[in-house]
Amino acid sequence: MSELAVHPAGHHDQGFVKTYLWSTDHKVIAMQYLFTGMLMALIGGFAVYVFRMQLAFPGQSVPLFGRVSAGQYNSLVTMHGTIMIFWVAMPVLLAAFGNYLIPLMLGCDDMVFPKVNRLSYQIFLLSAVVLVASFVVPGGAFGGAWTAYPPLSANAVYNLTRYGATVWVVAVALEFVAFLLGGINFVTTAMNSRAPGMRMFDVPIVVWMIVIASILFMASVGPLLAGAAMLFFDQVLGTGFYDPATGGDPILWQHLFWFFGHPEVYVVLLPAMGIVAEIIPVFSRKKLFGYRTIVYTAVATGVISFFVWAHHQFVAGIDPRMASLFTITTLIISVPIAEMLFVYIATLYGGSITLTTPMLWALSFVAEFLLGGVTGIFLGAAGADIYLHDTYFVLAHFHYTFFPIAIIGAFAGITFWFPKMFGRMMDERLGKIHFWVTIIAFNFIFIPLFMTGAAGDHRRIFDYSGFPDLATPGLQRLRIIATMGLVSLLAVQPVFFFNFIRSMVRGRVAGANPWRANTLEWSAPSPPPHGNFAELPEVYRGPYEYSTEDREEDFWPQHVPDDSPAPAPAATAVGWR
Amino acid sequence: MAQPAHADAAHHDGTNYVAIWGALCVLLGVSVLGPMVGVRLLTLITAFGIAIVKAYMVCRYFMHLSIEKKWVAYILGFMLALMLVFFGGVAPDVLKHEGLRWQKTYVEPATAGGER
Amino acid sequence: MEVPTGRLAIWWVLASETVVFGGLLGSYIMMRLRHGAWADQAANTNTWAGAFNTLVLLTSSLSAVLAHQAAERADGPKAARLLRYTILGGGVFLMVKAFEWTHEIGEGFTITSGLFWSFYYTAAGLHAAHVVAGMVIMFIVSLTAARNEELHRVENVGIYWHFVDVVWIFLFPLLYIAK
Repeated sequence: MSELAVHPAGHHDQGFVKTYLWSTDHKVIAMQYLFTGMLMALIGGFAVYVFRMQLAFPGQSVPLFGRVSAGQYNSLVTMHGTIMIFWVAMPVLLAAFGNYLIPLMLGCDDMVFPKVNRLSYQIFLLSAVVLVASFVVPGGAFGGAWTAYPPLSANAVYNLTRYGATVWVVAVALEFVAFLLGGINFVTTAMNSRAPGMRMFDVPIVVWMIVIASILFMASVGPLLAGAAMLFFDQVLGTGFYDPATGGDPILWQHLFWFFGHPEVYVVLLPAMGIVAEIIPVFSRKKLFGYRTIVYTAVATGVISFFVWAHHQFVAGIDPRMASLFTITTLIISVPIAEMLFVYIATLYGGSITLTTPMLWALSFVAEFLLGGVTGIFLGAAGADIYLHDTYFVLAHFHYTFFPIAIIGAFAGITFWFPKMFGRMMDERLGKIHFWVTIIAFNFIFIPLFMTGAAGDHRRIFDYSGFPDLATPGLQRLRIIATMGLVSLLAVQPVFFFNFIRSMVRGRVAGANPWRANTLEWSAPSPPPHGNFAELPEVYRGPYEYSTEDREEDFWPQHVPDDSPAPAPAATAVGWR
Repeated sequence: MAQPAHADAAHHDGTNYVAIWGALCVLLGVSVLGPMVGVRLLTLITAFGIAIVKAYMVCRYFMHLSIEKKWVAYILGFMLALMLVFFGGVAPDVLKHEGLRWQKTYVEPATAGGER
Repeated sequence: MEVPTGRLAIWWVLASETVVFGGLLGSYIMMRLRHGAWADQAANTNTWAGAFNTLVLLTSSLSAVLAHQAAERADGPKAARLLRYTILGGGVFLMVKAFEWTHEIGEGFTITSGLFWSFYYTAAGLHAAHVVAGMVIMFIVSLTAARNEELHRVENVGIYWHFVDVVWIFLFPLLYIAK
């Protein structure tokens, strides 16, 4: 599989193990994170298939699974949430793209701590193995929801998954450590390893976003790591950190969890927005509007995100005066995000737009995320949230945000950088079929769920037959539509995998810069060898000089010196039009 | 990655680290003796006020934060500020015995030691 | 001018550790303020052992910064020797802790004896784990430093060690003095 990104350059031929399994090369580590994340997505996707089938056809045997018991239902929803956030969104958006892009876009040969990088993946892999192991321990996987509120999560008498609960805590803690290590690598590399001539504001937006996200993660996960240790002790030793009977407080866990949990959504959002920021200028042939605005806004969003967390706890019995405060801050934080999306739209305006597959994903991100964000406004107001909390309205809101982040953002990035990673083009027709069916199916899943949620459907309910107001044919119809949407969504994903694998092996050769883009990674060969660049580049301008006046070419790569004529398009072996 | 000793070596070479350590030990002594006086305010000032001073001295003189790039101190300060935000946001729920319409009915165990 | 990469990384490590300990100690402080009766429990901690341990860590921080000074003067063997004194200090700290905990557990104060003790053992235990980690890393650094190689690492591991010292500077009054 010589198409994979590593050809040992010249002097060391390292053998299979060192090249693919024990490598310190950031590109290999990126692929390891990407493939692990994609594998975990299959597990998380299977879990949601099973429980949505249960919801659509309660009590009936689910194909490929069997009948779903109440306990299994709880485990499935818990593991779906846990896996998709910590073992899909984070490794793919943050670790895979961060590892792959940062050294290439900065024009250096690897991360500053390659061995720590390898260690971080190994710890991550261990965390994934531990988590998957929880499916087979006695009692099964943890069933206390991904938010793991005590006393349910602390006391096996309540959650019925004694071993699964503890394994879950250990897996999550390991994952946090892995990302702390990885994050330190990203931040120090971005600060210290830029190509000569690359000033701070010449750095591509996606790198900024990943760095800011890493700092956000570092600053927010600490209290939860402490809290997880406390939960572990409650589960295993019988301490009472969260037990009122010993003077503990279950609300303490909620605060520790959400103090991290809210910044966490921006930890995954920012890289996705960064990916979209890279794609839109390339396929509008237009300079990114408001580069500095985006950077300052991302930083501001990150800071504000520390002040909104208790909007997850409006009905938990928190002090209502704090609830008012958190309502205000939550409504405020919608402003900078909306503004970033407007900046993207401004970039599109007047551009020469081509709807390639990556561009379709990027545009759909903007549209779908806007819907998600807008519905968040209702939830951010404490008064409205009293009704909507724990209903499917919340669930639909966060899937209208998380799906664009974790799925649309990932597909956008993969289809955009695939030529660089593997030296070949993906098939546009298959890509578009996959795109359209995925997007349409996605909306068919969650629009009905907004409706059932507003009608009163509680979350985490195994069977609505016990709720006379909710066990109506009308609502059941909506649940079935949602499930059918999901089945269609899952059914079209093999198209992507087929496209991915076939293109890796037999796709059209791409050349270094098939998209005619400016950023430094497109000046390296496709795929880049070990060490990335034959000669480390120097940078002369920002990353988004498209359609600059008085120039013949509609792009101006960062590494091309100022006084040379328009670059010979030698690097573009095959165009993409 | 070998890196040369940084150029500001000359500046802090003159610091008398033993003297700093001596001062820290004296402060430690005061913070141990203070509570023995039995005045609550004095205990708080000597125990925690001195802790803050000692921490400041270790950061400034031993970690050389004073000659480090300024933004390092700002980042660390930001982290501490976040901890204050955390405390401020959580204390109304965890710290208090009662609120507008609730009260905590937990009763402390009578004995000061032994098993729960 | 940038901060050298190794030192920059250590500062980021410190930043993330600040919020780990901050979260734990912040939670403890809130709980402590709520449970006035914990003062009775805290009376059973050994203030002299705690004060002695504070002295030990302060002294080990001194040897760590003197090791840095030696490294700045390109005296690797001396730096390595001073690092070993620091490790020794860490070892003494842990031995005193072991003695304390053995005594307290013998008296019946275990991690499940009450929420004060749960916090006591968790906080001091997390700190002790960081002491052990520091000792291990410092040992590895001292090996290369003794050969006059990678001397910049002496300062970096020293910064980490000073942080561990600072955490204890706050743990001492929080767990021992406030009674």
